[in-house]
Amino acid sequence: MIAFLKRYEGLWLFVHSPAAIIAAIVATLIILGAVFAPWLALVNPYDLASFSLFDGLLPPVWQDGANPKYLLGTDDQGRDMISSILYGARLSLVIGMSALAIAAVLGVGLGLAAGYYGGRFDAIVMRIADVQLALPAILTALLIDGIARGVLPPSVQQDLRVAVLTLAIALSLWVNFARTARASTFVQMNKEYVQAAIMMGQHPVRVMFVHILPNILGPLLVIMTVDLASAILLEATLSFLGIGLPADSPSLGTLIRIGMQFLLSGEWWILWIPTLFLVALVVSINILGDFLRDVFNPRLR
Amino acid sequence: MLTIENLSVKFPSRFGAFTAIEDVDMVIQPGEIHGLVGESGAGKSTVGAAVIGLLQSPGYIASGTLKLGDMDLRALTPEQAHAMRGDRISMIFQDPQTSLNPLMTIEDQLIETIQAHSDVSTSAARQRAVDLLEEIGIKNASERIKAYPHQFSGGMRQRVVIALAICTDPDVIIADEPTTALDVAVQSQVLKLIQRLAKDRKIAFMLITHDIGVIAQIADRVTVMRKGRVMETGDTAQVLGAPKHPYTRALMDAVPPLDHKIDRFRVPQEEGAEVEDALGQHAEDWLLEGVRGASTGLMLENLSVKFAGPRTSLLRKPEPYVALDDVTLTVRPGSILGLVGESGSGKSTLAKVVTGLVRPSGGTMTLGDAVLPGGKARPRNHPSRQLVQMVFQDPYSSLNSRHRIRDILSEPLWFYGFVKEAEARERLAESMLALVGMPPDAIDKYPHQFSGGQRQRIAVARALLARPRFLICDEPTSALDVSIQAEILNLLKDLQAKFGLTILFISHNLAVVRQMADDTAVLRNGRIEEIGRTEDIYAAPQADYTKSLLALTPVMDRAMLQARV
Repeated sequence: MIAFLKRYEGLWLFVHSPAAIIAAIVATLIILGAVFAPWLALVNPYDLASFSLFDGLLPPVWQDGANPKYLLGTDDQGRDMISSILYGARLSLVIGMSALAIAAVLGVGLGLAAGYYGGRFDAIVMRIADVQLALPAILTALLIDGIARGVLPPSVQQDLRVAVLTLAIALSLWVNFARTARASTFVQMNKEYVQAAIMMGQHPVRVMFVHILPNILGPLLVIMTVDLASAILLEATLSFLGIGLPADSPSLGTLIRIGMQFLLSGEWWILWIPTLFLVALVVSINILGDFLRDVFNPRLR
Repeated sequence: MLTIENLSVKFPSRFGAFTAIEDVDMVIQPGEIHGLVGESGAGKSTVGAAVIGLLQSPGYIASGTLKLGDMDLRALTPEQAHAMRGDRISMIFQDPQTSLNPLMTIEDQLIETIQAHSDVSTSAARQRAVDLLEEIGIKNASERIKAYPHQFSGGMRQRVVIALAICTDPDVIIADEPTTALDVAVQSQVLKLIQRLAKDRKIAFMLITHDIGVIAQIADRVTVMRKGRVMETGDTAQVLGAPKHPYTRALMDAVPPLDHKIDRFRVPQEEGAEVEDALGQHAEDWLLEGVRGASTGLMLENLSVKFAGPRTSLLRKPEPYVALDDVTLTVRPGSILGLVGESGSGKSTLAKVVTGLVRPSGGTMTLGDAVLPGGKARPRNHPSRQLVQMVFQDPYSSLNSRHRIRDILSEPLWFYGFVKEAEARERLAESMLALVGMPPDAIDKYPHQFSGGQRQRIAVARALLARPRFLICDEPTSALDVSIQAEILNLLKDLQAKFGLTILFISHNLAVVRQMADDTAVLRNGRIEEIGRTEDIYAAPQADYTKSLLALTPVMDRAMLQARV
């Protein structure tokens, strides 16, 4: 057992870090809940036939007047809160993860190439990245949203909401990947194994992806975790502001926006439960990201 | 007098305590330079750290006594130990680049240290600092003292570090590899300074080093350590000249002599000795089958390389920095050319030009009888990409740590299209491992599972799997211990003889080049100072620079040491 743990240093650190264990459990439960939402949820919030207005505004079970069928109460439409949240988290995670995937592919690709070629190409890519950083994510999203509204015919606009949102988030996240990948690539370029590969006459793409990429994965993985939390938050922010998803396909941010109307009305659960859920998800992902950074950076230990 | 008795240091870890040094005994008299020599992992630096009370946490002294005169160093409270450090025991570190604060002038650093240990006025402290700098040989000290560390050269900086160490008049100075980061000329000055301080000021020096030449030159007594234990201790002449312990004897055999050439190093137990030769036969046949025709030589004519220098003005083009200046040399087919020079002389740049990593700004290269295009002008599929291979200096970075040995060794076979089937590639890679003295089961492992010497063997195997005719070895042994160095040099010699390879052997170590090279070229500031047959250059150097290099290199003259016993 000791030999096994010695070999997997990260695992040893993991079983000795309560925060990481709790965060991993919370994140795993939420992700599993989101993935299996159609089987777990009481009602389908997208299907108007599956819930009833008569069940509207029921409080959570520990308050008077609750229906034990709806553990965390219902919203004004009569939708079960748990079901809404599970479906909402599903949408949030799908958008977050696909935005992250796009940002990672774009950022790592550009960062690797910038670090590998250096010189003018590097300067151009990094200046674009600087400009991107100067624009707040919300502004980028508004811009893309505006362009999409202007360019796309209204008939497809509704169907492409998710895609537009994903693209907007991806565009504001790729810079992190590009910068990290470029800096790590610079370090690797001076290593002799890279020079050996270049000397042999290997194609730059092979050198970048077969030789350099595996050696810079550590920091990129950390960014990926931390940025997943950012992506989910960004989606929530955009949906909260109404640029994101409409009320009939609610993500976590949309749920919070809807809940805002009930903030002062006594039906606190409609706002607070999705909010707390979002906080739990983002915080646990961030703790995992911090933990990963510690694993990959032995100097911080 | 520093007395160390039965000293043991342990490092507790999650997986049980690791004993770094065990039962070390040592006595250092005032004015004595006591050499502490051993290979990496021998625990030399741990002894020094234990004496000065700076063991890296969580290490602790498990047992033994440490006495300075009558004072028990182990009984001191942390405050007393802090006051004692610097006051009675000082330390000189390896790298003068990092042991001085770059943001403080030399003056401030010296005055700060002097005032920390004695209650004197600032002007008195300054006067003492100036005197000290003059004593250690810094001219014009009252002006130079106002400078920042970066305004001093490496050797001057190390002198300042020594001044810092002696400014409080300590009894003992622990010098941890004080000259390893320096070139030979500077090294010899610093060693002389240490010798003078020991004699004049009666300071006891603990000189920690891996360089037996340095020990032979200045140490009065020497202790040889291995794996945390003392192997042998005694007068330098006796230990080095007539070693009693087999380990010391093996260590002495592995040190390359500067004054004569030996055919092979005697290596007691080679790491790969248990490997049967039959396994390597397949690789040997394969290599020999690739050898068609005569060996390939290399000719460089008027080669020069310029890099863009620092930009001083937006409008003017920056002054170029000349890395190689009009270099002309010939590596005869089937021979070894040794290229020596100090750091910054352009040795590695030369290797990079030949391999096509750096673009020459002038001159021609000829490999065999074809012109070798330089830099980006050399296409990726140019035949030289296969014919010229390189063994790098640092075996820790020359193998991709995320690839298995299998992938590392199969890559050239696949890339150059020598062997089509994956299984055949693997069999050849295994056989090649055996040929370079590695067990074939190494193929499933990752580079970090091997020692430096083993990795260098793997790096040699990778180079050979490209079926090269011309091999560039850039400081292939400077990151290795001397016994491992001897093994790798033996291996290179064997392979060169067997396959008629032409080798460009780059090193800063004159003794190593003497053992390896048929011809030698001496490089300085990008220019060839001297080139010729190795025996001629070492026996009768023509250029002044070569003469001084040879004179300043610390050597272990066995005959002389034996005479002194």
